[in-house]
Amino acid sequence: MSENSFIKIKINNKDLEVDKNLTVMQACEIAGEEIPRFCYHDKLSIAGNCRMCLVEIEKAPKLVSSCTMPLMEGMSIITNSEKVNAGRKGVMEFLLINHPLDCPICDQGGECDLQDQAMYYGFDKSRYSENKRAVDNKNMGPLVNTIMTRCIHCTRCVRFATEVAGVPELGMLGRGENAEITTYLENSITSELSGNVIDLCPVGALTSKPYQFKARPWELKRTDSIDIFDSVGSNIRIDSRAEEILRVTPRTNEDINEEWIPDKVRFNYDGYYQQRIDTPYIKKNQKLEISNWEESLKILISKLKNSKPLALIGELVDVETGYAVKKFMSNFGDNNVECRTDNQFIHESLNSFRFNTPINKIEDADLILLIGANPKIETPIINHKIFKAFNNGSEIFNIGEEILLNYDTKYLGKQLDALNNEKFVKSIKKSKNPLIIVGSAFLNSIRNINTFKSIVSFSQKYKVVTETKNNLNFLNPFSSRVGQLFIGNTSQEYCEPFTKLTNQNFDTVLSFGSEKIVDTTFDNCFKVYFGHHGDEGAMKSDIVLPTPLFTEKNGIFLNIEGRPQEAKKCHNPIGGSKEEWAIIKKMSEELLFEFKPNTFDQLREELFREYPKLFNFNEIIQEDSSLPVAENILFEDCKITYPFENFYMSDIVSKNSVTMAKCVDEIMTKPLLEKSA
Amino acid sequence: MDHKREEEVQRMLNIKDKIFQNLHGFDEPFLEGALKRGSWSNTKEILSKNQNDVIEMVKSSQLRGRGGAGFSTGLKWSFMPKNTGKQHYLVVNADESEPGTCKDREIIRNDPHTLIEGCLIASYAIQATKCYIYIRGEYYFEYIQLEKAIAEAYDNGLLGKNACGSNFDFDLYVHRGAGAYICGEETALLESLEGKKGQPRLKPPFPAGVGLYGMPTTINNVESIAVVPTILRRGSDWFKKIGTENNTGTKVFCISGNVNKPCTIEEEMGIPLQELIEKHCEGVEGGWDNLKAIIPGGSSTPMLPKTVCETVKMNFDDLKAYGSGLGTAGVIVVNKNNDISEVIERFAHFYKHESCGQCTPCREGTGWMFRMMQKLVRGEISPEQIELLENVTKQVEGHTICALGDAAAWPIQGLIKNFKSELIEKYNKRNLKAS
Amino acid sequence: MSNHPGLSNTFSSSGEKFEWSKESLKSIKMIISRYPKDRHQSAVMPLLYLAQEQNNNWISIECIEKIAETLNMPKIRVTEVASFYSMYNTRPVGKNLVQICRTSPCWLRGSNKITNTICKETKCDINETSEDNLFTVVEVECLGACSNGPMIQINNDFYEDLDEESTKTILDNIKNNRPNKIGSQKGRRSSENA
Ligand SMILES: Cc1cc2nc3c(=O)[nH]c(=O)nc-3n(C[C@H](O)[C@H](O)[C@H](O)COP(=O)(O)O)c2cc1C
Ligand code: SF4
Ligand code: FES
Repeated sequence: MSENSFIKIKINNKDLEVDKNLTVMQACEIAGEEIPRFCYHDKLSIAGNCRMCLVEIEKAPKLVSSCTMPLMEGMSIITNSEKVNAGRKGVMEFLLINHPLDCPICDQGGECDLQDQAMYYGFDKSRYSENKRAVDNKNMGPLVNTIMTRCIHCTRCVRFATEVAGVPELGMLGRGENAEITTYLENSITSELSGNVIDLCPVGALTSKPYQFKARPWELKRTDSIDIFDSVGSNIRIDSRAEEILRVTPRTNEDINEEWIPDKVRFNYDGYYQQRIDTPYIKKNQKLEISNWEESLKILISKLKNSKPLALIGELVDVETGYAVKKFMSNFGDNNVECRTDNQFIHESLNSFRFNTPINKIEDADLILLIGANPKIETPIINHKIFKAFNNGSEIFNIGEEILLNYDTKYLGKQLDALNNEKFVKSIKKSKNPLIIVGSAFLNSIRNINTFKSIVSFSQKYKVVTETKNNLNFLNPFSSRVGQLFIGNTSQEYCEPFTKLTNQNFDTVLSFGSEKIVDTTFDNCFKVYFGHHGDEGAMKSDIVLPTPLFTEKNGIFLNIEGRPQEAKKCHNPIGGSKEEWAIIKKMSEELLFEFKPNTFDQLREELFREYPKLFNFNEIIQEDSSLPVAENILFEDCKITYPFENFYMSDIVSKNSVTMAKCVDEIMTKPLLEKSA
Repeated sequence: MDHKREEEVQRMLNIKDKIFQNLHGFDEPFLEGALKRGSWSNTKEILSKNQNDVIEMVKSSQLRGRGGAGFSTGLKWSFMPKNTGKQHYLVVNADESEPGTCKDREIIRNDPHTLIEGCLIASYAIQATKCYIYIRGEYYFEYIQLEKAIAEAYDNGLLGKNACGSNFDFDLYVHRGAGAYICGEETALLESLEGKKGQPRLKPPFPAGVGLYGMPTTINNVESIAVVPTILRRGSDWFKKIGTENNTGTKVFCISGNVNKPCTIEEEMGIPLQELIEKHCEGVEGGWDNLKAIIPGGSSTPMLPKTVCETVKMNFDDLKAYGSGLGTAGVIVVNKNNDISEVIERFAHFYKHESCGQCTPCREGTGWMFRMMQKLVRGEISPEQIELLENVTKQVEGHTICALGDAAAWPIQGLIKNFKSELIEKYNKRNLKAS
Repeated sequence: MSNHPGLSNTFSSSGEKFEWSKESLKSIKMIISRYPKDRHQSAVMPLLYLAQEQNNNWISIECIEKIAETLNMPKIRVTEVASFYSMYNTRPVGKNLVQICRTSPCWLRGSNKITNTICKETKCDINETSEDNLFTVVEVECLGACSNGPMIQINNDFYEDLDEESTKTILDNIKNNRPNKIGSQKGRRSSENA
């Protein structure tokens, strides 16, 4: 920053030099003066409506709201005078006169901004002797509970819905005392990010429906973790009591999810405990019967002797498990572990299967092209960043199906040859920072490597990829994928790996949480399912072995950018499950394979020795490698199938969540998504 | 009576010096009459002046805004950035919703061309090629009159491309409000024009920098704009000669309430209040001694007790010196036959009803104040509670986004200041009765 | 919650589709042309008036949705506007919407008596609609005709300088389908001293 962007000001008579683009509130924060606020939120537009942040500015006749006030050279700000205190105290009293003061029965109790501020500024005794206003509660859908009498009209929720979620469905109706927050005709909010209004609401007007009356904040154990229900790796905090998870909330990570998380990870936790595989099962007479570890492993080991097994890796699998599987399977030969059960195309380098633009840089793009990607339901956080770019003036183009997004897109056509669209070419030529996102719908159906090369060449031609930047991004929605590919849990094929593998004659399939085990090509194989939720995959298997969910063990996941992050254990595994590496250790011993680690920590040490880049948690793995280019840009026609179309039921956990099922009923069945203007 | 001429109506201000020669509509309101009255006579010439010269002339006339705050009109215009290459706008505030005010109505329905010509000239001065007149929705007839007059002006080449042959292209549109006092606040008005709820914007930024559609914008009251053509025609010195230093020109007053003949009248700025009432309204109902108090400038200005009414002059500075204001010059007279606290209670209801609901002190405070005023009217609040009421008005005042909060607080403060002992007496009497 | 039809936050369905009439479509084109190209939202208030005119003087959910579609606006934004301004009725009103100014200048000149007369003559209370659907009576704040108080507005028309007698005459004329003289009922041209 150039020097002359700094100005001299005074805060409480202390001299200060600060960036002139700050507001008075921000400057006060730098000076260590805490300013109370309700409506201000640094991710939302400034409303200035609560009037709690009043400060005194020398020579100004009135107190001013510090959140809205720009700085000026020589300004002298006072935050602690009698006048300021009286002003804030007055505002506080106004906020409380119509507030029900029902803290003892409020879910926000103990973490409520209003409660905290009232302690500080409040009056001991209410001077208001009139009747309090009562406001009818509003339906906002299956996730957000409303107690509207508590609302203090800060409009954070309205601004969030419009500016962040990109669904202008919330509003404040009426005026004056009668002003009320509601959705249009009390419809459910149709956003994948709607739950964030719960965190934003500074009082207990909007709370979590599933969490209602479940616990008080001080009873909870907090665990830092990450969202494994899509590939973004949003940072989360899990609140649990004993062996039960009661709440999932975001942790701020400005590089990834800022302070938002998708509704799926926030609300699908009731699914953690449904349909759990709690003990080993063995199929006898076409029926799965309860077994035990000794018996089931004995049968499995005898099966594995003299066998040609294939291992499938599912969508929610951590890197450590994949690493153990890889080591184990190498004893049987090469090319026998596959995570690309959806036939995702990859080339050799990390750059060919990750999102190369850092997530926090997406918003800088001035043109975004989606090719077979539906970020709204596959990765809502990335969708939010695209929406930001859109709001900054970026044009958004789409190739594939005509999907419904919450911003205007220009549809180019179904197949890749739409890249030649004249208008589009004109736009991309003009663009200074274009960005392409190739989603699974295309990646999974590429049959010819030249198609991929053509996309690369096209990207180079139009400066999506240059010497200094790479804005050609590959989007797979599953949290396990980048990590598993990074450690090489895939076959050598570029195109259609899964289809090609199934042509080989494996006789045993070991599925680590992959439902692809039900594929008919495995009909004649002996099937073993390692997993936590009993669905079709488990039902069709010959042996089922219980393993813990991500909240019941530690595990590394590489997010879509190639950023290693750790999901941490919140509580002990449910039922009789055993961690995968431990099962593999046991099997290796019986089969006389080498498997050195005796503990999970030792396993990790070995993993880091082999893949040192994984060691730097939270840092994007850097890798310099180029992508293959085409001699002739030529596009084949692809069969477009999006990985899933139902955000709420994209994985085995969510499919077992009652809350997610309600979302399908009450949100997805709404005829239309509110279109943004 | 029906065919009484305008001359007979206006007795005080020299007939030659009045700007609104058809304020009461005795003559033809449209172009034919307007031309006779001198409107549009040398507009082309005015528009051939340098834009800065026009602004300077208005500045030196010492014209102060007629919408309430009394800010120098010329100075306001000079805040507009020059040659930005952006679309500039003039927005005329015809929302006229301050209780006690009904002056712009008469200008619009009876002498619309003064306003239309003013829009053209003012827009020219601030480099605005488009102007919107925001008229309160209830003024349907006035809206029809205005639209008709604008159509006439377009048809005669006075507006539109090359307006008045001046090479200046200018478009004028009317936008109807729909029942919200707050839309008289200039930034709420802009929000409303943009198709949103009328919730005032935060300032800074000010409209001159970021106004309608984010473009440089000036907002002026109808009367402020409608007097401009005459000022430019007759010269700022002429205007300055009427009234006193910094309180110049003529002013349209609306007198309502307990007078024998309520009326709207153009007078010299600074006419003594008592004279205004006795000469134009034929006195207070029941005689001057029956006067309780006068609210001099629309509902938000604090009331004046009888003694002050006898000396005060109706201009910005004199009224300010008495702790009140000229506001919109809506004079509301209250005599002793009515309960002065109910007058204020009704205003309190008005402000509660009209609060936009955006900011805390106004949304919550106007309701609280109204409810306490209700009790006060019934004699139900004790001296301590009167103190609390006053304290609540202080908690609202100066803490809100826009001046509606202040406007709601001031009348109550004025009541308590002037009649506190009476209010206490009311309480005591009631309590005596009860026991 | 306010019971005033113009200030309620609840909207209801009319039970039938709402389509713009031919004349409305013409007006819409003209209205939109008054505002800059990418600022169609500015037309929301004029369109609410148009819809209300076409829909028996009230705004139904169907009107809201039609306007949202016409202006490419989120429905909640149209709803916000319709609920904020008091002149958009959110439920059906009688053929004659009688608005009585209750603010101090009119009150000082006897608006209470006018209110009583109107309630008696129309047989409805404030915020109610008469059984024959001829009248809906509401109290409103200052209508900007203070020098002519007490005054009322019936649909688009102002009736000023009222007393009980003249008020009754106005209502009688409406009941009997007779024309009324708009404006001052005391023979004033406008607000001149007379
Ligand atoms: C609550 C409120 C209501 C107002 N109503 C009006 C109004 O109805 N008409 C008007 O001209 N100015 C009104 N004003 C003043 C305007 O904000 C603005 O100052 C004025 O239109 C500027 O014009 P002027 O400089 O010509 O006076 C109102 C201000 C406030 C705070
Ligand atoms: S003072 Fe009242 S009217 Fe003005 S912004 Fe605040 S709530 Fe709205
Ligand atoms: S107070 Fe009734 S019209 Fe102004």
